[in-house]
Amino acid sequence: MPTITFLEPDGKAHVVEAQLGLSVMEVATRNDVPGIIGECGGCCTCATCHVYVDADWYGRLESADEMEQGMLEGAVEPGPLSRLSCQIKVTDAIEGLVVSIPAGQL
Amino acid sequence: MSESAATQTIVIVGAGQAGGETASELRKQGFTGRIVLVGEETHVPYRRPPLSKAYLSGTATEESLYILPPAGLEKARIEFIGGVRAERIDRATKQLHLSDGRVLDYDKLVLATGGRARVLSLPGAERANVFPLRSIADVQAMRTHCLDGKSAVIIGGGFIGLEVAAVAIKLGMKVTVLEGLPRVLARVTVPEVSTFFERIHREAGVDLRTGVQITAFEGEPLVTHVLLGDGSRIAADFILAGIGQVPNVELAQQAGLAVDNGIVVDEYSRTADPDIYAAGDCANHPNEFYGCRLRLESVQNAMEQGRVVAAGLLGKAQVYNVVPWFWSDQYDLKLQMVGLSAGFDRMVLRGDLNARAFAAFYLKDGRLIAADTVGRPQDFMFAKKLVAMRAVVDPQVLADEAVPLKSLLPAAA
Repeated sequence: MPTITFLEPDGKAHVVEAQLGLSVMEVATRNDVPGIIGECGGCCTCATCHVYVDADWYGRLESADEMEQGMLEGAVEPGPLSRLSCQIKVTDAIEGLVVSIPAGQL
Repeated sequence: MSESAATQTIVIVGAGQAGGETASELRKQGFTGRIVLVGEETHVPYRRPPLSKAYLSGTATEESLYILPPAGLEKARIEFIGGVRAERIDRATKQLHLSDGRVLDYDKLVLATGGRARVLSLPGAERANVFPLRSIADVQAMRTHCLDGKSAVIIGGGFIGLEVAAVAIKLGMKVTVLEGLPRVLARVTVPEVSTFFERIHREAGVDLRTGVQITAFEGEPLVTHVLLGDGSRIAADFILAGIGQVPNVELAQQAGLAVDNGIVVDEYSRTADPDIYAAGDCANHPNEFYGCRLRLESVQNAMEQGRVVAAGLLGKAQVYNVVPWFWSDQYDLKLQMVGLSAGFDRMVLRGDLNARAFAAFYLKDGRLIAADTVGRPQDFMFAKKLVAMRAVVDPQVLADEAVPLKSLLPAAA
């Protein structure tokens, strides 16, 4: 199982094992990572699972579609590395992924 | 709760999204006492919105619906008792009696009993191929009939009915939607938006009929035909009754708690008994934003009210004051709605109703009170902020697609 690191704004790290086939949001909520809620359940509708992807990782992920980009514009403190974690699938290719939780979501 | 919190027991009745969220938030906020989550279904807390969408269509697995799988519950030290009904609350002794004979002592009790699907009052509604849609079990039962070439008759043109219609069409079924009112989605939106969705479904091949009266079910032991007041007779392999829900208030009622379209709670989600809270579909709260009492049926309400209850239980009382939002996925379209449009005095359209992307904004006394958007996620997100701010907006700007809604917000927002 790939390992994902979730960083809180103060640097506190949550390092968790991610089950293949889930989304990064689902991994976060199942491991009680704060600030990632996933209210809509992962269908790109609420933006409560917004994260900043580590700069080295951002370009390695499949890019956000139009719907996700639209949602991100209105997310909490959006930035150039913003993604909705419900739209990132856990595969072996994301071993070591690092994402940060926006301060405004905590 | 005070210094003795570590020895306290919080019992949560209902292991749906409100109950699950309350339990998990209690731990996130540092509660160290005992948490017991009692569910009538055997499942651990799971997400319900995908039931009528990805789960029915087969693109989401049952496992992926679980919010707190058994290992997560164990890790969070949440005791889960599934497949058991809460029968009675004894408020004097602070005990909850369960259907399997167990009696749980509680210091604080949370009622997250949710709702149940409204049952059709028509002879034959109990037959084995007439389904409600509320649970994993409902979808599993229904799915065995969802096969290419079969006929689905959907009663009710609300979110559930229309979402199932979209899935059933994609699965190659023959689909009829029957709505008693003159238009679909009548409870939640304006005629223009209803007309849009009626057109989308008809274009996709749904036989959508509004203003119909269902007179009888024909066929035994399974229903084979649905008869209508105009004399038509529609063949059915299965029937979905998507005609709304009824809040589960009986437990509260028997305990002598106030019930009025839901379990009556105050702005902190407390009932009149200081040791009993309620959250989610079953709760009726005073909403300051709208200046009236509301009972909301949505996942947002379940989760946000669950978190307010958790905070209240830990002595950090928060006022629950939500601006509701809802969504529905049908075909490749996403309808996103914010606010309650009832009472609007002006509607402004952005985009084209004939296209598959538009926004309908609702104003009252110049303020934006609600919006329905299709395929315009930015407009939805910024409308959410504007509605929450009770912003006075210029209708001409709202109607002008060239002006991003974002520009209507103060710089800091």
